[in-house]
Amino acid sequence: MSTETIIERCEALHEDLYFTAAREWKDAAPGRHVIGHLPIYVPRELIHAAGMLPLGIYGGGDNMEVIQGDAYYQSYICRIPRSTMELALSGRLDFVEGMLFPSICDVIRNLSGVWKLTQPDVYVRYVDLPQNYKSEVGGSFYVEEMREVLAGLEGISGRKVTNDDLLNSIRVYNYNRDLVRKLYQSRVEKPWNIPVTEVYLLMRAGMVLPVEEHNEMLESYLVAASETERPQRDNTRVILNGLFCEQPPLGLIKSIELSGCYVVDDDFILINRWLRENVDDSGDALTNLSEAFLEYSVRTSATYEPERELKGQHLLESIKNSGAEGVIFSAPSFCDPALLEQPMLVDILDDHNIPNIQFKYAENTGQMQPIREQAGSFADSIKLWS
Amino acid sequence: MSDSKKKAQVDLSKDVQKDQSQILQKEMIRGNFDKLARADQNPDDKVVYTFVPGNLNELVHCFDVVGNYPEVNALQSAMQKKTGAYVMEAERSGQDEDVCTYVKADLGMMRRGNIGPSGQKVAEPDLLLLSYTGCFTFMKWFELLRHEYKCETTMLHVPYQGDGEITKHMRDYVVKQLKEETIPALERVSGVKFDIDRLRENLRESAKAEEDLVKVLETAKLRPSPIDSYFGAIYYVGPMFSAFRGTPEATAYYKTLWAEVEDRVKRGLGPVTPEGEMGEERYRLVVEGPPNYTSMRDFWKMFYDEGAVVVASTYTKVGGNYEFGFRHDPDNPLETLADYCFNCYTNYNLPQRTDMLEHYMDEYQADGLLINSIKSCNSFSAGQLLMMREIEKRTGKPAAFVETDLVDPRYFSASNVKNRLESYFQMIDQKRQAA
Repeated sequence: MSTETIIERCEALHEDLYFTAAREWKDAAPGRHVIGHLPIYVPRELIHAAGMLPLGIYGGGDNMEVIQGDAYYQSYICRIPRSTMELALSGRLDFVEGMLFPSICDVIRNLSGVWKLTQPDVYVRYVDLPQNYKSEVGGSFYVEEMREVLAGLEGISGRKVTNDDLLNSIRVYNYNRDLVRKLYQSRVEKPWNIPVTEVYLLMRAGMVLPVEEHNEMLESYLVAASETERPQRDNTRVILNGLFCEQPPLGLIKSIELSGCYVVDDDFILINRWLRENVDDSGDALTNLSEAFLEYSVRTSATYEPERELKGQHLLESIKNSGAEGVIFSAPSFCDPALLEQPMLVDILDDHNIPNIQFKYAENTGQMQPIREQAGSFADSIKLWS
Repeated sequence: MSDSKKKAQVDLSKDVQKDQSQILQKEMIRGNFDKLARADQNPDDKVVYTFVPGNLNELVHCFDVVGNYPEVNALQSAMQKKTGAYVMEAERSGQDEDVCTYVKADLGMMRRGNIGPSGQKVAEPDLLLLSYTGCFTFMKWFELLRHEYKCETTMLHVPYQGDGEITKHMRDYVVKQLKEETIPALERVSGVKFDIDRLRENLRESAKAEEDLVKVLETAKLRPSPIDSYFGAIYYVGPMFSAFRGTPEATAYYKTLWAEVEDRVKRGLGPVTPEGEMGEERYRLVVEGPPNYTSMRDFWKMFYDEGAVVVASTYTKVGGNYEFGFRHDPDNPLETLADYCFNCYTNYNLPQRTDMLEHYMDEYQADGLLINSIKSCNSFSAGQLLMMREIEKRTGKPAAFVETDLVDPRYFSASNVKNRLESYFQMIDQKRQAA
């Protein structure tokens, strides 16, 4: 299968705001259930082990007109909660029986309450991810949180989830993590061969497909990409930072690439790469998931960095590992985590003389020309003067 | 010209009338700023910065350190019209226009020499005690301060009441953090060993003060209400929400306050406003959301000029909620600190917050709900439009929505707010007539 064919399928999935693939999966056999989750991270292994399909809800994008959702949010709140509400109020999520809202920010946190009040028939759970990374403190808490989520899922399915079920799901997701890491590494090695739009679409596909199908898709893409040689351009290698929750329009991502940038790392759809190492697939599964969370979680704006000296080091490491020449901070308007974090990261990059620029977007941003010009000037300035 | 417009021309710069309790509070606050200024000169005096929601004052006082509350500095600076410049200073140094103005007011104040609202220098922190309770921004705020001050920081993660309950594992998590993170950090910085009996004593003091505060707030159930539970109560909760809860001074303050309010009850008086007695009580309101501090007196005047009194508010529960029975319990010192944190208003989920508003509407015989939605504060604001509709649906009473900001003067449009309020009061009148 060619990369074009695979990406065409991903594009269709990305544009489908009725989540037909997930609906078809649910309808294919009796007793199947779909559980939605918001960015940034939930342990999808729990949903999978319960025999359910995790469905990543990343807002409505730029192809959906938000009418009802706007009545729920003031103008100074970001767009993802209003478009997510629009998805629900317009019936696009009427097949979703549970929703998990991870602790990313106050807006998504409060959206869990909005869901409780407006969708009384849906199982709603706020997943409080620990900000204390000690095993006996945050770890114990997280195990209990996961136990409660599992109990909620078991309530929907009427089926007990065993430790073996969980270990099996860990194995399936470990393989997914392997493939995603391989994809990102391949892009670092040959960014001209694996464009950022394709990586992005592949990551988004993982939000709506069963993980087994996503694994097959990634395998096929990696093979196809390795057999294809695309022309190498004199582009600048950059990292995109700040796009972990509300998603940029695809046109924005394309514009950055077309402006002369090779994106060699990013933080969109972080759930696919949240755990930097695989989870132990023997012993007590919940403990393993918890330990992996504490030990291997990526550093991001939505989390606390306990060690002052380590603040921003993940970005410096990423720059080193990917050979990036600059960083583009691209955050959604009104995004507290990204925008509050940004000045600290900018300081750290400035201290290391790493070029960077900042701009904001919304998921329905329509004007790409200014972004293209800004990113293009940034890329040119690096080529000319760095 | 209408009477209300004539009243609007009253010179707001004239001195407000002050009760004994207000004078007491002013002295307490002044005393703490004096300590913070002295600490700037004396490295042996250790300074701990922390937040209002989830503040562990009883614990902090066990270590002979001086507490500093950046939110309190910001709101007091706002009342002195200083925060506009602070916010812009912070934006010039890289903070985005979209983010919390409390943070920017604090960072701006720091960049301008950290001169606090008392006009004295506020000492730099020896410890940032990040009580992460009900507000995501807190986490980044203290990371930003740590980035500037390069000082020790300790985080207390207080789980959110996502399902509207406090479970055993939530409480255990907080208690473990207190034992393994917070107390060792305070011991390290202060050089003082933790004494649990001292903590129990502070908790006993807290419970006494909490009892009196609740008595004061519950007088608003009377007609006329002797207090304003928003504009007035913001002052009443001052010592409880900041550096004084758990001290004998706070206990004395609340005893004095209760005596004053009890006297007003006996005499059948309404609230005291900056211009004296309020006069006839025409509208009884419940208010959700923080106030605007940059034009606080103008804002309040829009209410009392129309005879509107706030009988219950949620903002006055943001630093702790005592009216549903919680009191600090000296017999379970660490568990009670955890329970206190869980019960700060913004740590409640939206259904809990909505139920609480409905309870206020009924118990305090309110004519309506007003939401003051704050541009800066997503923790409060996200979901408020739904809460408003829910309360209208459940109570049949009218609700209204105004938008301002805590400390950024650019987001307070007096004419817009006044027009909305006047329309709202007319709406309440029409509802009454229809009934």
